[in-house]
Amino acid sequence: MTDGSSLDDPRSERTYLEAISDALVFEMSRDENVVLMGEDIAAPFGGAFKVTKSAGEKFGSDRVRNTPMSESAFIGAANGMALMGMRPVVEVQFADFVTTGFDSIVQFAATTHYRWGAKVPWVIRAPADGGLRSGPFHSQNPEAWFVHSPGLKVVAPSTPTDAYGLLLSSIRDDNPVIFMESKPLYRSLRGPVPTGDHPISLGLADVARPGRDCTVITYGAMRHQATTAAEQLAGEGIEIEVIDLRTLKPLDLTTVLESVARTSRALVVHAANRLAGVGAEVAAVIADECFGHLDAPVRRLGGLDVPVPFSPPLEDAYRPDSDKIAQACRDLCAW
Amino acid sequence: MPTDNADRLLSAYRWMQLTRTLDEAIHTLWLTGKGVGGTFNQRGHEAISVGAAMCLQPDDVVAPMHRDLGAYLVRGITPRRIMAQQLGRATGVSGGRDANIHGCGDLDFGVIGFISHLPQSLPVAVGAAMAFQHRDEPRVALTFTGDGGAITGLFSESLNLAALEGAPVVIVVEENQYAYSTPIAAHSANTDIAARARAAGVEAVDIDGNDIEAVLTNVAAAVGSAREGEGPTVVVAHTMRMLGHAIHDGAEYVPAELLTDWERRDPVDAIRTILEEAGHPAHQLDEIDSSTRAEADDAVEFALASPWPDPSTVENGVWA
Repeated sequence: MTDGSSLDDPRSERTYLEAISDALVFEMSRDENVVLMGEDIAAPFGGAFKVTKSAGEKFGSDRVRNTPMSESAFIGAANGMALMGMRPVVEVQFADFVTTGFDSIVQFAATTHYRWGAKVPWVIRAPADGGLRSGPFHSQNPEAWFVHSPGLKVVAPSTPTDAYGLLLSSIRDDNPVIFMESKPLYRSLRGPVPTGDHPISLGLADVARPGRDCTVITYGAMRHQATTAAEQLAGEGIEIEVIDLRTLKPLDLTTVLESVARTSRALVVHAANRLAGVGAEVAAVIADECFGHLDAPVRRLGGLDVPVPFSPPLEDAYRPDSDKIAQACRDLCAW
Repeated sequence: MPTDNADRLLSAYRWMQLTRTLDEAIHTLWLTGKGVGGTFNQRGHEAISVGAAMCLQPDDVVAPMHRDLGAYLVRGITPRRIMAQQLGRATGVSGGRDANIHGCGDLDFGVIGFISHLPQSLPVAVGAAMAFQHRDEPRVALTFTGDGGAITGLFSESLNLAALEGAPVVIVVEENQYAYSTPIAAHSANTDIAARARAAGVEAVDIDGNDIEAVLTNVAAAVGSAREGEGPTVVVAHTMRMLGHAIHDGAEYVPAELLTDWERRDPVDAIRTILEEAGHPAHQLDEIDSSTRAEADDAVEFALASPWPDPSTVENGVWA
């Protein structure tokens, strides 16, 4: 953990989803300005994924507020609430649906502080990512749109511990934060989660696994595919370092560049479309700053340049996985 | 007329005349090649922007748009800061970050800066009102849009949300006949904006937007009702945009007779007539005119003498 905090009294075996729910409840207890807004999120229903169920049961419909199916209006309203000193945490039911509120995010919220100095401290929680056979409109990873918009922070946790600590920091941040949640991890991934005040600072990457031969830079669910690939490759004598970016804006390039300077090889992996994705920026910076250290070209793995397909063989062809990561690392190490 | 009302009208006259004079000064700058980028016209909108803003208390907030110079002034943003903003100077409201009257926000004066994507200020004002309601504060949010903004999905979505929440918000629609070059009948199948608001569950009233007394009376009632917990109101203020959409636009598409007709209903002339008929001597009103001219001249002088923003600061302020 960062910030010198420790996992005192961890609730072992909390799921990634429960970690997010815990963080919402903790922060709402700590700060009465925090309110949750979104479609179908109030108790007893608790949202499409039930992330807000415990908060709704504890704080009631005044602080866990159902909204009509009007993303543009309720994200716009979150802008107004945030300007008046509240800290709304908005759930868009699926990250794919965030487009219906796009103006309110990238035009209004993102630019306000630069233009006239007012703070817009909200969080948009965006259940993202695929692999769940959910088709083109329930599987997207649209983080690059937001990384491309000056004024937004973008966070993408990959573990229960990080989801908890990064969400606390995101809610406390004075800027608008897009919090990308990985749906395939919601109930499949368990891990230790602290119970108290353990924020994890935004903008710090995590070395998920140390290694000497090649650096894999990734985030979200792909962290776990990368560490699986690394274990596989360790049996072949190849030691992979896995860096989990955790925050996509601001990017922790220091950790990335230090690692690549040491391993001399870099592979950037994300589930989002590869073309003009966040990985393209990371690869470009590595090529620029680490040119003299590289023993191989900087490679990228990402989603294909197609809408996310539904049928299992098609989605598997679309999406990176541990086998594809392992093969790309072998190729780089054999360069 | 009762003294309070007379004072209020005299004050409205001063703000409207200042709005008119400053607008004309901005025009002169642009027509003499001293302008930076584009700028917008206010002519015809003075009674709405001034009158509506005068109905608010200091703790209330307003989210104006580009025809509401009067509202910024009434709230206390000075002509100097506004003129420097127009010319992209470091001393302008946004320090050169945002253009003309965009982003002219300052929460110290309860003013929310607007973006071009009308009516984006509408849900923001609804949200501000929801915050007041949530904290049980007796405050009101007021915002403006036009007939063009009133045909968007966001207008309907925001009115629905405001009505559902019973939010203390007042939405002034400046129905000025044109959305850029498109007349209202060409962009709205149902041109009755008040009826569309009522259909969304929001109280609505139609008023003559060139009649300052109608603006003051009706917006004050809407603000009062919002403050009493009776929810949102839409005030549809009918007027005419007397010049082009912005400085570059000659508005040749507007029939001359329409402008002639509305010129006779000029809001600044109209309030002056009311005051004269109420017995205010012409010299008293002329003194107000001279003082606003002096303020506008001072603002221009200040802005032209103000420094440009330092390019080394270009990346400052992205993050709070």
